[in-house]
Amino acid sequence: MKLREDLKYIAKWVPAQSCILDLGCGDGSLLAYLKEQSSVDGYGLEIDEEKLLKCVEKGVNVIQRNIEDGLGDIETDFFDVVVMSQTLQAVRNAEKIMDEMLRVGREVIITFPNFGHWRSRLQLTLNGRMPVTRAFPHAWYNTPNIHVFTLRDFEEFCRAKKIVVTQRQFINPQHRSSWMMRIFPNLAAPMAIYRLKRL
Amino acid sequence: MVSYAAHDLIEFLAVIPENSVGLVSPQTLNIDKPIQLQSGTTLESHELVYETYGTLNSDGSNAVLICHALSGDHHAAGYHSQDEKKPGWWDTAIGPGKAIDTNKFFVVCPNNLGGCKGSTGPASINKATGEPYGRDFPLVTVKDWVQSQAQLADALHIQQWAAVVGGSLGGMQVLQWAIDLPERLRHAVIIAAAPKLSAQNIAFNEVARQAIMTDPDYMEGFYLKHGKIPRRGLMLARMLGHITYLSDDLMRDKFGRDLRVKKFNYNYDVEFQVESYLRYQGQSFVDRFDANTYLLMTKALDYFDPASDYEDDLGKAVSRAQADFFVASFTSDWRFSPERSREIVKALMKAKKNVSYFEIEGTQGHDAFLLDIPRYLLLLKSYMNRISM
Repeated sequence: MKLREDLKYIAKWVPAQSCILDLGCGDGSLLAYLKEQSSVDGYGLEIDEEKLLKCVEKGVNVIQRNIEDGLGDIETDFFDVVVMSQTLQAVRNAEKIMDEMLRVGREVIITFPNFGHWRSRLQLTLNGRMPVTRAFPHAWYNTPNIHVFTLRDFEEFCRAKKIVVTQRQFINPQHRSSWMMRIFPNLAAPMAIYRLKRL
Repeated sequence: MVSYAAHDLIEFLAVIPENSVGLVSPQTLNIDKPIQLQSGTTLESHELVYETYGTLNSDGSNAVLICHALSGDHHAAGYHSQDEKKPGWWDTAIGPGKAIDTNKFFVVCPNNLGGCKGSTGPASINKATGEPYGRDFPLVTVKDWVQSQAQLADALHIQQWAAVVGGSLGGMQVLQWAIDLPERLRHAVIIAAAPKLSAQNIAFNEVARQAIMTDPDYMEGFYLKHGKIPRRGLMLARMLGHITYLSDDLMRDKFGRDLRVKKFNYNYDVEFQVESYLRYQGQSFVDRFDANTYLLMTKALDYFDPASDYEDDLGKAVSRAQADFFVASFTSDWRFSPERSREIVKALMKAKKNVSYFEIEGTQGHDAFLLDIPRYLLLLKSYMNRISM
């Protein structure tokens, strides 16, 4: 079974036989992969109709539900891992959702595009216009990304919320890592994957 | 809650469509084994009338049980004759190449115990008296139906259903199956259902029952013996029920405030189209349904509460289940709203069961589960297609 490169990083961090919640699970690839490769059980939340159908075809558990409605009916620590891929920047109440993920999951794995990447900075500085990059491909008036943030913003957020970062990985759209990204992640990495838990 | 939405469906069929199961005929099974009902009564034997579509495979692993709703019966798909104007009540979903594909599955649909379409029920002759049971027919519950359907499965040599499928009250039977006989089904498909009735649901049922029981022709439930039928009561019950199966939006779209003639008559005759529609629904129902069965079905709905055997914890109740679940609801259904289906899903997730859940957008109301809604039927079909034999 083939898996998108960024999802492979996530998959590596999910312990075998664990129970996961995949927020915005898309076509269910990650859930299907984890189920087959490491007997991971779990549920995906999704609202896109096409993607829901893909999940059914893959035979993964998918719940049609808007993440914005919260996870209030799920018990604390119910899931071993909560995963959210490329979605935090697009939700209305990012802080609330982070709190909820860290409540219902013992661990959280999250991926997001870095607005601090040099291309974004350069476009804004030189052109004086909102950046349109591979990580942020939309124009300002139709972008779903309503809460753009940088790696440093996120690190600072974790510090303030007393969230423990247990692992971090920086990658580019080809899902490769480089020495530049390791030394200057906020400048060089278009995308980040974080593994988090409560203090 | 099955309805024959006459205005919407094909009015006349000269030729049976290709994706239909075609001509079908009901069969009758006499179950000689006693069945101990929840009410305490034991029925020494009972008859179930049922239809089947498709072919049972050699190891009996492709059987699907369809559970019908309040006013449904065993005629779920196909036609009884070339002249039948409308196919079975769930012909949109059952047939060759359809969501419940009869090329793949052997589909069984019985008329429930207590029904009025051939299975033993209040209109059947009570051997002890030689007269119709009438009100003497014991109340049956969803649990009793599961037991009786399991006896049918035994007779058909079906050890384990590939899936048990139902909408509304049918969906409740599916949930009860998964809890009561967990090893006898691999998939549970629960559509437009609820884990139990709300006070409002029970209230509607009670008004329906009062309409029937206060009809002078009800004769304390022994109307058949007296050669009468509580037509007005049953009609009112059905009219009330029908309002709850449709949504406000649908009624607005379908009827609005349209009048049959262009001006008010200032009397109490039928003036608005919606009145005409409801009267038609009520009247046509009286000709095909037994009032005592209607009463019995509404009570079965009211009593349904599988969590009550498990300290009122639905999560605990479904923790026994071994099946995978498909749960679906309809956004405009206010009889059993999406919220009620989400209660089921929440319990299943709590018990770490395999479950997928879908909310189908639309204005059709509760009746949506019977209709040809492409997105809904596509999801159901995709789910059913994955079922392995």
